Amino acid sequence: MLEIKNLHASVVDIENSEILKGINLSIGKGEVHAIMGPNGSGKSTLANVLMGRPDYEVTDGSVTLDGDPILDLRADQRAHLGMFLAFQYPAEIPGVRPWQFLKAALDSKAEARGEDKMTVRNFSKLFDEKVAAVGINPDLVKRSLNEGFSGGEKKRNEMLQLEVLQPSLAILDETDSGLDVDALRIVAEGVNSMRSPERSFIVVTHYQRLLNYIKPDVVHILVKGKIVKTGGPELALEVEKNGYKTYLDAVGANA
Amino acid sequence: MTLATSPAAVDKFSAAYETFAAENASSPKWLKDVRQHAWSTFAELGLPTKRRGNELWKYTNLQPLAAADFEYSAGGSVTQDQIKATAPWDDTWNTVVVVDGKFNTELSNLHGTAGLNAGSLSEAISAGTGNVESQLASLAGREEYAFTALSTAFIDDGAYVAVDAGAELEGVVQVVFVTSDAASSRASYPRLLVDAGEGSSVVLIETHVNLSESAQFSAPVVEMFAGDGSTIRHYRIQMENEASFHLGTTRIHQLSDTNFTSTSFAVGASVARNDVHTLLDAPGASCTLRGLYMTSGSQQQDQEISTTHAKPGCKSDQYYKGILSGKSHAVFSGKVVVMRDAQKSEASQKDLNLLLSRGVEIDAKPSLEIYADDVIAAHGATAGHVDRDTLFYLQSRGVDEDAAKAILVRGFAEEMLNEFKPQALNDFVERVTDERIPILLAESDSLGTA
Repeated sequence: MLEIKNLHASVVDIENSEILKGINLSIGKGEVHAIMGPNGSGKSTLANVLMGRPDYEVTDGSVTLDGDPILDLRADQRAHLGMFLAFQYPAEIPGVRPWQFLKAALDSKAEARGEDKMTVRNFSKLFDEKVAAVGINPDLVKRSLNEGFSGGEKKRNEMLQLEVLQPSLAILDETDSGLDVDALRIVAEGVNSMRSPERSFIVVTHYQRLLNYIKPDVVHILVKGKIVKTGGPELALEVEKNGYKTYLDAVGANA
Repeated sequence: MTLATSPAAVDKFSAAYETFAAENASSPKWLKDVRQHAWSTFAELGLPTKRRGNELWKYTNLQPLAAADFEYSAGGSVTQDQIKATAPWDDTWNTVVVVDGKFNTELSNLHGTAGLNAGSLSEAISAGTGNVESQLASLAGREEYAFTALSTAFIDDGAYVAVDAGAELEGVVQVVFVTSDAASSRASYPRLLVDAGEGSSVVLIETHVNLSESAQFSAPVVEMFAGDGSTIRHYRIQMENEASFHLGTTRIHQLSDTNFTSTSFAVGASVARNDVHTLLDAPGASCTLRGLYMTSGSQQQDQEISTTHAKPGCKSDQYYKGILSGKSHAVFSGKVVVMRDAQKSEASQKDLNLLLSRGVEIDAKPSLEIYADDVIAAHGATAGHVDRDTLFYLQSRGVDEDAAKAILVRGFAEEMLNEFKPQALNDFVERVTDERIPILLAESDSLGTA
């Protein structure tokens, strides 16, 4: 489904700012991959580069989704192909209601694919169902997007978007170590309920904690912009026990 | 402060004034005195074209106005359908229509609502209705303000709205000032006098629309008197064509425990100024002044908003938002003066701007002048761009950049749009905003994102 080959990326307009230094990764349909690594390893950058954040520049390598190269596409075009990025700290958007925003997102996707737009009535029905499914407070979705939402409410809102947009590849950027247990549980419930043979996930995280709730098929350790080890779920437990020191030492980086 | 006079600009209006004064020789003496005094003031001041050393006009370029010529030809005819197509409209509202400064009874839509006297200002003047003689031109007489003086020199007709003491009107009263279609450029002086009796309450929409495509000059003057314990909810809609000059004056006098709110929606004109002053003249008066302005092309839109706390225990709140694109220019000049006796005053001022292109200019200067010692006051102003992270967030959900920007601009405006409460009015400002956003975005550039 997703093939990443020798991916190098830097911060736009900053010299010698290479963060990703040759990533190779292959993610199959229906698989859940966890990407773990110490602070500053490039985990969050990888998630953002895959989605097409304009702050980063890909300097080498390729990424294909179902065989099609995606690096020349804009973020919205990648979304139309079925990609999704759940943000650790989603933006607060005053004056924009989740309903309105998600309708616009689905409409853009339909337009890009040459499909009919969903009617307001059908969309409302779908939206209400998903609001109930995610367990988000219905009063909240009448307010401005993420404005004044608690950490947990923002997470639920990200999961609501995941449910409505039904991507084929969801990338979850949960890099921060400060995530509370409730928020972790919300993200995990969202992922677990969406898991299907047709949908793949990349879960980016610092600690093993999140993986107590989401059971990955494959775990990758990312250090200094390179994947240094790949294994099964047991790899996460090993990191939990021993930390990243051995991996950092191996690449000659300071812990 | 030295004020520059511009004799040429005065000359331009003087022939018209002579003609006007001769035609209205039979007006009541008090009114002729008002006009004469105002004309002398204007003749002394001239148009404030000189910006240097002139704080009130420092950011506003009136050269195009000084250079323009205005004829005094008659306008074309106007139909109610034309008004309905360009102004907010609801058949249940009491709507007073004023065309080129003259009250028009056929185009108006009045329901004879109990407690409301709404109609022609000229008739109210000749009949000596209510407080017309003592109120008219008594507030809007700031000596240094040329446009108020010029407009007052030409006082003739317009709209008069009086609400009886104790009458709490349920519906909406609208005054629509229409500039009729005409190939020539004309000057008009729309006038509105509002007298809200003790304990009364009224929702009032003041709308300015322009059916012509040529450059018109309009200097509307609105005076409102809020009697003890009265409530006035005022909305001001400015939809001039983009060749026109609109220099508006609004003056409000508030007595004790009055509540005045005014929300402005300003999108039109080549050069526009919304000059509002509220005088909190008795304890317990409060005013809430709000507004949304949107500018594109080479438009200039000024908000000159001032409040004087003259007595103790009053509250004022100014909050404006602007969206600027193209090479347009906006000014927010907010001023709150708290007099020495006005203890326990509360005042706040805020002006937030969204700049969509590198060519725009915003001059935001909230200011407080406080002479009392027990006062709570806050002020602030910001100018920002469309946030890049937010844009990426929307794009990552499949919304393309243009649509995402439109959503964010709309979101910025939303809070102000929500202030327009009457349904037909709310629909109107939403529709105009939705039509305007693509124009603003078409003139935006990458610097409008940060």
